[in-house]
Amino acid sequence: MNDNNSKIFNRRSFLKALGLGGATAAAGTVVSCATGDKNQDSPTEPPVGKMTYRVDPKDKREVSILGYGMMRLPTVEVPEGQEEGNAEIDQEMVNKQVDYAIEHGINYFDTSPAYCKGKSEHATGIALSRHKREEYLIATKLSNFAPETWTHEAGVEMFQNSLKELQVDYIDYLLLHAVGGGDDKDDAMVKFNARYIDNGILDYLLEQREKGVIKHLGFSYHGHIEVYDYLLSQHEKYKWDFVQIQLNYFDWKNAAVNDEDNAEYLYNELVKRNIPAIIMEPLLGGRLAKLPDALATKLLKRDPEASVASWAFRYAGTFPGVLTVLSGMTYMEHLKDNLKTYSPLKPLSDDEMHYLEEIGTEMANYNTVPCTGCKYCMPCPYGINIPAIFTHYNKCLNEGNAPQEKTTPTYAKERRAFLVGYDRSVPKLRQADHCIGCGQCAPHCPQSINIPKELHRISDYVEKLKREG
Amino acid sequence: MLKKIRRTLAVLAFVLITLLFLDFTDTLQGWLSWLADIQFLPAVLALNAVAIALLVVLTLVFGRIYCSVICPLGVMQDIVSWIHGKAKKNRFSYSPAKSWLRYTMLVVLVVAWIAGIGSLVALLEPYSNYGRIVTNLLQPVYMWANNALAAAAEHYDSYAFYSVDVWMKSLPTLIVAAAMLVIVVVMAWVGGRTYCNTICPVGTILAQLSRFSWFKVNIDESKCTGCGLCSKNCKASCIDFKNHKVDYTRCVTCGDCLDKCHFGALTYGHKATKAEAQDTSDNQPTDNTRRAMLVGAAIIGADVALAQAKKKVDGGLAVIEDKQEPKRTTPLTPPGSLSASNMAKRCTACQLCVSACPNGVLRPSSDLMTLMQPVMSYEHGYCRPECNRCSQLCPTGAIQPIGTDEKSSIQVGHAVWIKKNCVAVTDGVACGNCARHCPSGAIEMVPLDENDPDSPFVPAVNTEKCIGCGACENLCPARPFSAIYGEGHESHRTI
Repeated sequence: MNDNNSKIFNRRSFLKALGLGGATAAAGTVVSCATGDKNQDSPTEPPVGKMTYRVDPKDKREVSILGYGMMRLPTVEVPEGQEEGNAEIDQEMVNKQVDYAIEHGINYFDTSPAYCKGKSEHATGIALSRHKREEYLIATKLSNFAPETWTHEAGVEMFQNSLKELQVDYIDYLLLHAVGGGDDKDDAMVKFNARYIDNGILDYLLEQREKGVIKHLGFSYHGHIEVYDYLLSQHEKYKWDFVQIQLNYFDWKNAAVNDEDNAEYLYNELVKRNIPAIIMEPLLGGRLAKLPDALATKLLKRDPEASVASWAFRYAGTFPGVLTVLSGMTYMEHLKDNLKTYSPLKPLSDDEMHYLEEIGTEMANYNTVPCTGCKYCMPCPYGINIPAIFTHYNKCLNEGNAPQEKTTPTYAKERRAFLVGYDRSVPKLRQADHCIGCGQCAPHCPQSINIPKELHRISDYVEKLKREG
Repeated sequence: MLKKIRRTLAVLAFVLITLLFLDFTDTLQGWLSWLADIQFLPAVLALNAVAIALLVVLTLVFGRIYCSVICPLGVMQDIVSWIHGKAKKNRFSYSPAKSWLRYTMLVVLVVAWIAGIGSLVALLEPYSNYGRIVTNLLQPVYMWANNALAAAAEHYDSYAFYSVDVWMKSLPTLIVAAAMLVIVVVMAWVGGRTYCNTICPVGTILAQLSRFSWFKVNIDESKCTGCGLCSKNCKASCIDFKNHKVDYTRCVTCGDCLDKCHFGALTYGHKATKAEAQDTSDNQPTDNTRRAMLVGAAIIGADVALAQAKKKVDGGLAVIEDKQEPKRTTPLTPPGSLSASNMAKRCTACQLCVSACPNGVLRPSSDLMTLMQPVMSYEHGYCRPECNRCSQLCPTGAIQPIGTDEKSSIQVGHAVWIKKNCVAVTDGVACGNCARHCPSGAIEMVPLDENDPDSPFVPAVNTEKCIGCGACENLCPARPFSAIYGEGHESHRTI
């Protein structure tokens, strides 16, 4: 590790001496310092100074194509007797990874007052305040999900608190967080109006943009398309500086029953209006890194040196209207792998794009639950560990450890792997059979998963496995 | 030679029966449960004619070889005594039999059994004492070791080991087991087989048979030099070398004396001498008592609703309070045990069922009359439909063997709903988890107020269909006391 560091510092000083000439270009064009020299190629270490940048059309600032999502921050080793889900953020690791990211050209950091049990902004603030303010761009959100925070005062307080936690006096990118949620389309519109319009909080934010406290104002979208369409129809009025959408080779065509919910529709609507897109869930919460074994093999065969995840990142980055692609990089290895993918970005060919979209369609045939592990549903008031249950179930389906027929020869082995693994991943009291179906979780799910229904489906499946012992 | 054979067999039987008690994975039970079946008192209680005949014949031919090979408590004492013998040689001496104590203990056993005081029977039964020592003191260590292996296996993505909950099932039973261990070890350290020849009622019964055994230890007076080495090495203190006599009621046929005699004066074999005529006592008391005396108690349902975690930030896990055992007017006994009285009469509290229960349901009773005998409770799990392990293992017939199909129709109790604990009432949420998991479809969700379709839906139990398995109680979200719990039945019935 010491060796690695000294190498990094050598490179750093070398680059400082060289000076990082910033290339500028019009919005939507790919710019990078790639010159084709192979001196710095290493199988694991990403090169310094090769990051691809996109240019924000509003202020012509360069934004790294890789954005750091601060939703899945590293946590400290859980002490004996304490549960994984309640682990505290490992600030030292956050600092280290943020330093490494900045050193390798990342300048976009995305957080929210709700992330990591409400502690992400604080940790992000600590890590970033150790750097010069002009070295990084910060994105945070108005994450007022609880109805009691739908007042003007509570909204202002949340925004002011973000400035305080992040230790800054302006926010580069501010988002209305996850608009579009609700029981149905009418409910979603009602909720949107109650959250942002009726209490005048959106006017407050527009005011802050005038004053320069907010540099760019936009929104992130999940849920009912009517709200998305409505907000874009009001573009003349609000002048959205950017919009954050979920885009990846699965969602491009398979996001939902209606074509209108697909990423293809969302993205094209933004291109029409020349609004830069910020991409979230390029990896579908890791599901595109942990593909079903059969599909993963296909990608690895196509390029043995590229990680399965790198395909998804190149896919999202290839779209010219994309400003940055967010990734919640918990571990240094994720960070390094993504840096490699984007230093510089090698855009995919049309053929490759279509190939990946086909893989996405094949994926839809697996019975997995489309959970990205964002934990918006948590905490469950009855203590169920919802994402952990879905993760285990999906993992078993992907690895072929979710047996259906007792007559298959590998049934006993797969059954044991599923059940033993289930108890390992989720403590008994937090398993699906304890879900009472109160439904408090479902409206919070950005992927519109009918969580109680899926939990009961998994519970029934587990019960079947147990009885067929 | 005899000693070598005896030792080999004894160690083998001892290790295997210990493993039978330690194993919680149901892998060894099928192979080893016969070791429990051939224990003397369990065989008698189970009316296992084959096993009884085998033991009687064995004793009539070889003497009390049972005590030296089959009985794990006996072998345990031999091991303790052997360790002491390493340090201190020739430490025993002949002492006359303490017959009054032996017969008093036997009478106590018979009377306790007739009176239905299962706990007293259990205290005197040697095999069960050993079972309790292993289950209470050794199995937790075994499970912790397993859990360490499971953690290692998890690290290597192996499913060879899985982790299990280790929890204290009953403090009184743990104390009894620890106390018995101390008593037996101390007695064995000081006096070899003193326990077996003064307290153990099984030893006393077998003693009546071994008087007449075909093979015996014989002293050839012509070869004996009167050195007394045989007496000094007899852990049963039963060789009176001065008079060249062996007390065959106390000899456990260990063969130690045979190896010790330098002059070949002691032999093991048949000697054609007329045995003194002795009347044997026949122990077959009749079944006439019934355990009664059940403490009626009101259900103390603590009105603790789950604290609703407010949804303001993402992630985190709500704290889950541990469940507490409700007061059951009638204790729940496992399917196959037929009735409370059958359990009280036949169970020797060996804990084999408790050690094998994979669902954390069985634990020793803390009730004085049925102390240490198994009862069911559902805080850790419930009596799952696919499991019949306890019934397959029980050596005494306290839990009769039943199939899993049969089990689904055996009613051991019924569910009772407690309105003030129900989350549908306290939290105002839709739940129905009890109905969702009821394996016999005995629970239906109905509106609390039948005239108001908007009132919360609460469970209604069809007690005719309910089998008392406890799925509802275990999976009820109300904590620490469930809003629905199983009440036991004195006599089980098939529905």
